[in-house]
Amino acid sequence: MATKVFMEALSPTMEEGRLVKWLKNEGDTVKSGEALAEVETDKAIMELVARGDGVLRKRLINEGDTAPVGTLAGVIATADENIDALVAGAGAPAPAAGAPTPEKVVATQQETAGASSIPRRAEESQGEASTPPQQKVAATPPASPGGGPAAPAPSGGNIQPPTGDVRSSPLARRLASERGLDLHSVQGSGPNGRIIKRDIEAAAAAGAAAPSAAAVTPSAPVIPREGDYHDEPLTSIRKTIARRLGESIGPIPTFYLTAEFDLTRVMEMRKAMTELGDQFKVSVNDVLLKATAVALSQHPEVNAHWLNDKIRYHNRVHLGMAVATDDGLIVPVIWDADRKRMSEISREAKELAKRARERKLKPEEFTGSTFSVSNLGMFGIDQFTAIINPPEAGILAIGTSEEKLVVVNGEPVVRSRVRVTMSCDHRIIDGAVGAKFLQTLRRLIENPLMLVY
Amino acid sequence: MASFDVIFIGGGPAGYVGAIRAAQLGLNTAVVEREGLGGTCVIWGCIPAKALLEAAYIAEKMKKAPDFGVTPGEVKLDYGVAMKRSRAVSTQNSKGVEFLFKKNKITWIKGTAKLTGKNSVSVKTADGKEEKHDAKKAVVISTGSRVKGLPQIGLELNKKTVISSDEALVLEKTPKSIAIVGAGAVGCEFADVFSAFGSQVTLLEVMPNILPVEDADSSKEVERAFKKRKIDVLTGAKISNVKVGKDAVTMTVEAAGEKKELKVDIVLVAAGRAPNIEEIGLKEQGVQLTDRGFIKIGERMETSVKGLYAIGDVAGPPMLAHKGEREGVVVAEVIAGQHPHLFDYTNIPGATYCHPEVASVGLTEQQCKERKIEYKVGKFPFSASGRARTSGETEGFVKIIRGAKYGEILGAHIVGSHATELIHELVVARTNEYTVEEVDLAIHAHPTLAEAVAEASLDSLGKMIHA
Repeated sequence: MATKVFMEALSPTMEEGRLVKWLKNEGDTVKSGEALAEVETDKAIMELVARGDGVLRKRLINEGDTAPVGTLAGVIATADENIDALVAGAGAPAPAAGAPTPEKVVATQQETAGASSIPRRAEESQGEASTPPQQKVAATPPASPGGGPAAPAPSGGNIQPPTGDVRSSPLARRLASERGLDLHSVQGSGPNGRIIKRDIEAAAAAGAAAPSAAAVTPSAPVIPREGDYHDEPLTSIRKTIARRLGESIGPIPTFYLTAEFDLTRVMEMRKAMTELGDQFKVSVNDVLLKATAVALSQHPEVNAHWLNDKIRYHNRVHLGMAVATDDGLIVPVIWDADRKRMSEISREAKELAKRARERKLKPEEFTGSTFSVSNLGMFGIDQFTAIINPPEAGILAIGTSEEKLVVVNGEPVVRSRVRVTMSCDHRIIDGAVGAKFLQTLRRLIENPLMLVY
Repeated sequence: MASFDVIFIGGGPAGYVGAIRAAQLGLNTAVVEREGLGGTCVIWGCIPAKALLEAAYIAEKMKKAPDFGVTPGEVKLDYGVAMKRSRAVSTQNSKGVEFLFKKNKITWIKGTAKLTGKNSVSVKTADGKEEKHDAKKAVVISTGSRVKGLPQIGLELNKKTVISSDEALVLEKTPKSIAIVGAGAVGCEFADVFSAFGSQVTLLEVMPNILPVEDADSSKEVERAFKKRKIDVLTGAKISNVKVGKDAVTMTVEAAGEKKELKVDIVLVAAGRAPNIEEIGLKEQGVQLTDRGFIKIGERMETSVKGLYAIGDVAGPPMLAHKGEREGVVVAEVIAGQHPHLFDYTNIPGATYCHPEVASVGLTEQQCKERKIEYKVGKFPFSASGRARTSGETEGFVKIIRGAKYGEILGAHIVGSHATELIHELVVARTNEYTVEEVDLAIHAHPTLAEAVAEASLDSLGKMIHA
């Protein structure tokens, strides 16, 4: 029986994906688990893998095209299987709420799929227990002409029927509808990722609500360059940055604390370490990351998330580090940074930055940070303010480290200095709280031996 | 001395189900059990009691048979026969568990176990020998609970005139008169059985309602039905001056502002069970207990001692077989390194098999009030159900309490014939977070008792059709 290949949600927040490159040609034999194509999500380039064995009979999305999650992207079948019925729905996205036409197409497909004798209902119930992509077909409410409503139509409500590609409980849908949450933006924690009540509550609390997917116009074809300007459609990552940062600067009452730290001892330490061998070399940034993580572990009041009805103070320190890529900003995470040795942090930071630039980060590598650091020192920026990565309580912006004339004991001396600015969400961090954190950070950076204490 | 991956101490519903799941997951599993497999549930609880209740049901039904055009000859009631049948059913079930053990290659170590370390036990066998066994991965305590008397009011169990459910299950004949102290599930079920078999039953409950954990409407409905059957139901009852004689017990009962002397052949103490925590070496291993004397466990069934687990009655209320069974599944999956869905303790159904039956899941109306939850109630009486009328069993109702705003099912309470089966539609609904609208949208076959569930859902929306 044929296996449909769908545009899958390859990141927790992915709503659509751009098919960058097909890795298999029509007619190629493919095995379950093999990569079929590269897909650009809102965060990274990921592989779309086959969910069944057979021959890739048809590719239904062109390279470079963007398609919503759930769109039929291709068909895997045996070499001689008739797939006309499946291909008939080419390019039609899986039904989103309020899109009756594609819904019908899919329903037709299901009924005639590959001359299969499996009745629709069996396919549905089977879907409940199988892997996500199959569920996406299965959960699609077939528009049966004579039947009753495929989804509950509560009295007088405007609750969305289950959208084809999201598994959710009826109660979760009601809660989501009332709070204006898009189910696509919610991570499910029920059986097989089903979205249940607690997920909606968590999402609402985290303010993770993305604006409804319907509001995003499907990306237009590339407009040719001409004249004084050229327009380029937004990439997924740009859209996400816009949305996330907009969410941040808007509702978050932010204030900024700037301090200048002396790096003399950090420089001495680096020098001493490097003299022992190049393998012991660490960057100033590595030391700053480590010091920040240790300071956070001592100041849980700063290592926190704003969840609307509560503040979540984290016991573990997962440090986000902003990385500039050609496509834009991404914040990979060093997990448990306070417990890692400097060498580990150094290695991991390098690796994460590299893979971020190659856009090869896995979703778990850029989610879950409890506090973030942004460093523009390499661009010669003296100091700057960074925008908080919600729901985090703050972010540390690190400027360039440079030699400066400073006054020590009444004498002008040249010292290596760095300016850091902490953006604080005032709903969590009060001025003095932020200041105390910076005090600790100063103590650690100006006496880096404290990092081994 | 043998070595296993997992050893369960106790082969009741928690232990034997956990053992089967563990074996399915490829763990070399043993269960230490000194009596028969199946534990209290199979041998001294659920199963034999339900066999007797079925006998009671038939006895009551015979009284109505002439209305149906079936007039039996002389109806003879013989508790001894009913008891022997119930024992046979119990044995059959226990053998069934033995078969399952063989099928799953689980070792039954017959004897009494004591922890000698968090990974080892010593077992005293029936012939007095002592064996040592160790468990490479985990030991699970599933020793269950036992009946306890009420010595604080003079009702110490003497197994003759003051008995527990254990003795009631093996009586050869019913007493002329019996006082049942405690009107929870056990008390109500035995009141039903003894009354059907001709005893004069007095049911005593210290709380204001019988079945005190149930919704007050359910309690009232059963009380009404019991009184109709001439069971003397005394709630808010205080017992004093207990005198236990050789073949009678007397006591003073104060209820509803009245004091009266009660003299009965037998007192059945149906209040309270105690967890079996003694003599298994818990203290030596440093296992912490709760304030109420149960073993303290976390959501992954682990005790305060790492690698030592506890499930079932011994790990805390509600002391229900199905709660223990699920804990058994969870603990087996945890030990096998899986990540099971954690147990949702707010969604355990309760079932009482007296007639009419009582079943419930979730919150009572009283609890909703206490928690200041905004709710709406839907209720459908079986007297309006076509199917209930056909069988002449029109007592009871389906009551659904839903959230005022979203329609989620906060609680469901059913009294009536087959209530203990009907409740599961609502358990499934709650597990899947269906609202009352999904329950109504599901087509219910006509005529069935289950239609009452749909009607109660509709009623909670103000749209009931048939009443």
